[in-house]
Amino acid sequence: MSFPWAEQYTPKNPFMKWMDERLPIPRLVYNSVGAGYPVPRNLNYFWNFGVLAGLALMIQIVTGIVLAMHYTPEAGMAFASVEHIMRDVNSGWLLRYLHFNGASFFFIVVYIHIFRGLYFGSYKAPREMVWLLGVVILLLMMATAFMGYVLPWGQMSYWAAQVITGLFAAIPLVGESLQQWLLGGFAPDNATLNRFFSLHYLLPFVILGCIILHIWALHLPGSNNPTGIDVKGPQDTIPFHPYYTAKDGFGAGVFLIALAIVVFFAPNFLGHADNYIEANPLSTPAHIVPEWYFWPFYAILRAFTVDFILEAKLWGVIAMFASIIVLFFLPWLDRSPVRSGTFRPKFKIWFWVLVVDIIALAYLGGAPAEEPYVMFSQIATIYYFAHFLIILPLISRTERPLPLPNSITEAVLGKDKTTAQPVAAE
Amino acid sequence: MATEDHVDQPAADQPEEGVRRRDFLNVAAVSVAGVGGVIAILPLVNQMNPDADVLALASIDVDLSAVEPGQTIKTSWRKQPLFIRHLTEDEIAEARAVDVSALRDPQTLEERTAEGYEQWLISLAVCTHLGCIPLGAAPGENKGEFGGYFCPCHGSHYDTAGRIRKGPAPTNLVVPEYAFTSDTTVTIG
Ligand code: FES
Repeated sequence: MSFPWAEQYTPKNPFMKWMDERLPIPRLVYNSVGAGYPVPRNLNYFWNFGVLAGLALMIQIVTGIVLAMHYTPEAGMAFASVEHIMRDVNSGWLLRYLHFNGASFFFIVVYIHIFRGLYFGSYKAPREMVWLLGVVILLLMMATAFMGYVLPWGQMSYWAAQVITGLFAAIPLVGESLQQWLLGGFAPDNATLNRFFSLHYLLPFVILGCIILHIWALHLPGSNNPTGIDVKGPQDTIPFHPYYTAKDGFGAGVFLIALAIVVFFAPNFLGHADNYIEANPLSTPAHIVPEWYFWPFYAILRAFTVDFILEAKLWGVIAMFASIIVLFFLPWLDRSPVRSGTFRPKFKIWFWVLVVDIIALAYLGGAPAEEPYVMFSQIATIYYFAHFLIILPLISRTERPLPLPNSITEAVLGKDKTTAQPVAAE
Repeated sequence: MATEDHVDQPAADQPEEGVRRRDFLNVAAVSVAGVGGVIAILPLVNQMNPDADVLALASIDVDLSAVEPGQTIKTSWRKQPLFIRHLTEDEIAEARAVDVSALRDPQTLEERTAEGYEQWLISLAVCTHLGCIPLGAAPGENKGEFGGYFCPCHGSHYDTAGRIRKGPAPTNLVVPEYAFTSDTTVTIG
């Protein structure tokens, strides 16, 4: 479970000793996030985002549970009950704005966490399982966020439910019945709202379970690091506690400040005004867009406008799901043995092209479905898939990596300071 | 466990190969449990299908006497919005002039309307792309490039027969089942 030099847990008092022999939870904590977990000494701030994602999930679960105490999942009452939370419930406005913006912040930190993994090759052997579980968590997060967005039963909620379940209707033969099965009717209604509420409450705990597996899988090889090279000995690591607990604590402070600024000064900045209009099945808002964190995928969905063997609509749906499914194959598409992008001159360039491409897709996904946006979405979609399916396999074969440092310690301290002890490092 | 093994071993008359009684019992028991488990999932899946009250599809009667040519009314049927459009002479002519074989979902105006009532275009107001409500019913709304309906969500254009002409939607607007009970009343569903 850890490097041989990891400090062993020794119970400090008789009670802990008694406990350790019967239910060794303190030992588990100590070995997974305590002093008993040695971590590469050179992690930069990008390594904060895993912990921040965990923090965001906890905020969502806690605020969500208390919101559920005041919310009514009934089509005729849901909208009013959310307004009731905003106006009448004590601190209700704060809890709802935290939950609502917390979702966006959750996605922000998770997306940075994913880009960190992409750049530093955290998906490569021996951490493939960590990556695969991460993609599963991303999918679960998307499902949870979508269903949560439906609950206030505003115009955007209603039409999001209509459009997203409409994706499934694109499947030949069974599509229509599948959509009706998902909705529990011919259009979103009470049945839809009830089941979405039930699942929206359930899925975060499924995510929590997957996170435990994600961390478990991570702790076998230990964390990756900015050089991407393996830990060679005790001099390359420092214990998680107190070093990274302190660093993560600092990161958490910054994260909470940012969240507080948005919650208190721009609580609706990330939302959509139309969602403060109650759902009306007889009128579509002029410009339907999902929440910002779905924009890149929405752009891919809309990029397909011509039929080719299959209907254009079906292609859009396939491509949208494929854009995430392709991530499952990433560890086997990029065969370069060098993990960190720092030592991969070609990879580095294409990585930044991908970042720009995804930001462009996000912009296009939020834009109306008109030219020239459609054409740009098509180009950006092509690049997205080409990056993973063509460019990465090719450059991993043709690229000449830069020389790797001999060890993490050497990379951090330079060649001459060979004696440095972890504690001595400033 | 151990005792069972003891009982089992000395039974030399059991055939070494082929199906032993214990194997058969194991496979049979696990299969029954497996089938039972799968069947137990059925009600869990089935409960998500539309309820009886949702399915009790009320058919509706609509009085069309007040709908002038060129006007479109919106009603709701099975919780889904519905367009009833009184086509003008020009719109009918326009719909007939189209080369049907060039359409994405080839249908003539006659196939999409009731015989003798070609001026009444009755269709679901649900875009066949992802289900938005197209514009073009209320006066002043964008009717799209082909003078019928325009779906603002992803830009699908429908013509005056509710046929898809441009944009991502795969099929024409759905025409529900209906029958005229008199010249000015129609029963939908
Ligand atoms: S829902 Fe009408 S064009 Fe997409």
